[in-house]
Amino acid sequence: MLENFSFRTIVEYLPLFGHGFLATLWLSIVSFAGALAVGIILCAMNLQRSRLANVPAKIYIDAIRATPLLAQLYFLYFGLPRLGIVLPELVVGILALSLNSGAYIAEIIRAGILSISRGQVEAGIASGMTYMQRMRLVVLPQAFRVTIPPLLGQAIVLVKDSALLSLISVSELTRAGQLLASDRFMPAEGFITTAACYLILYYGLKGLAALSGRWLGQQSVRSRT
Amino acid sequence: MIWQQFQSLIGSYPLALRGLGMTVALSLISLVVGTLVGFALGILRTGGNQLISRAIGVWVDLIRGTPFLVQIFLIFFILPELGIELDAFTAGIIALSNLAACFICEIVAAGIRAVPTGQVEAALASGLARWQRMRQVVLPQAMRMSLPPLVGQYVLLIKDSSVVSAIGLTDLTRVGWLVVQRVPNGLLVFAIVGIGYFVVCYPLILLARRLESRMGAAHGEVQL
Repeated sequence: MLENFSFRTIVEYLPLFGHGFLATLWLSIVSFAGALAVGIILCAMNLQRSRLANVPAKIYIDAIRATPLLAQLYFLYFGLPRLGIVLPELVVGILALSLNSGAYIAEIIRAGILSISRGQVEAGIASGMTYMQRMRLVVLPQAFRVTIPPLLGQAIVLVKDSALLSLISVSELTRAGQLLASDRFMPAEGFITTAACYLILYYGLKGLAALSGRWLGQQSVRSRT
Repeated sequence: MIWQQFQSLIGSYPLALRGLGMTVALSLISLVVGTLVGFALGILRTGGNQLISRAIGVWVDLIRGTPFLVQIFLIFFILPELGIELDAFTAGIIALSNLAACFICEIVAAGIRAVPTGQVEAALASGLARWQRMRQVVLPQAMRMSLPPLVGQYVLLIKDSSVVSAIGLTDLTRVGWLVVQRVPNGLLVFAIVGIGYFVVCYPLILLARRLESRMGAAHGEVQL
């Protein structure tokens, strides 16, 4: 049984977990920013009429969605050196997370834009707005509101996915748990602490999602009255 | 050079087949177990008992809030400490089934909640017993709601099965990892691994999309 569960060892390793926690936090933030950029570009390509633009975007999105992140991570990790590109593990990890999440974010943004009713766009056309004006003043502000909750959901997925970076020995939260597990042969202490740290991030993001939902709800009520 | 690599890749096809078999076995077994347990949990979650519903909710949240990799490590390394001996395959099946069950529970519960109360009241008025109400009135309607996300969940399950390679199971991803040690061409090896997953997952993604658009049509919504 777990009667010799050692809190003292956890306390001893707390600096390592603190370091891992911060590493997971900031690499998730960087990856999410990258994923947003990738997602916006892919979505813009996907919404073009020209097949030259939308077919590559569609193929990329489907390819990412139909394959596991771990295979994508190894593809970059073992594949990039082959092309003469040697990057630190951390950068490869952030790249993989951004490229992976970007495909999902592209779909989220697209769904947000398509949820804007046709009449809104037509009203924009009737008012003599150009394509860019319509996008900037009519479509995007409304789409933004719809996409915030699913984007936060994707952020939660990204934080959890970042655990896979421990498999290419990036030092983050899961790696900290692995170190405690293998140094002291204490897997219970190591991985329960790791799980607890992820739960802090999870409930933090979940709270943020609830808060944004309430805030956006108020916004739409205010704009209606 | 490339040709030589191709030849040594072709030489490792028995390994690749074994990996594919492992991935399919893992996914299929945990798909069946996860669906059955998930439906049971989903029905219990929307049932009258507050305590049970709350307990399931907490468990689902714990599973949804932690990375799958950490869950596998917990199951694989901690259950033996509790005196339960298990091999990597069993640990993988337990972890995957548990993950699938938790997500399917929420999908089913959402489907059941979406059935209008009038339907349940009508069933009550017709004198149907609790189980009859569930089986003949609520579940068939809930199923229509739940089917597209359910298929989407199966895709996630197949993809998540790749993480089980971390505890040494020789699945498709692990085979890629093994082969790349001998054939130093990560792009080629993992492109082939990716194609292996794509062939299984993409038809399911298309199916989910079709179900979704058909649902939209059934509800009288116009697709843009």
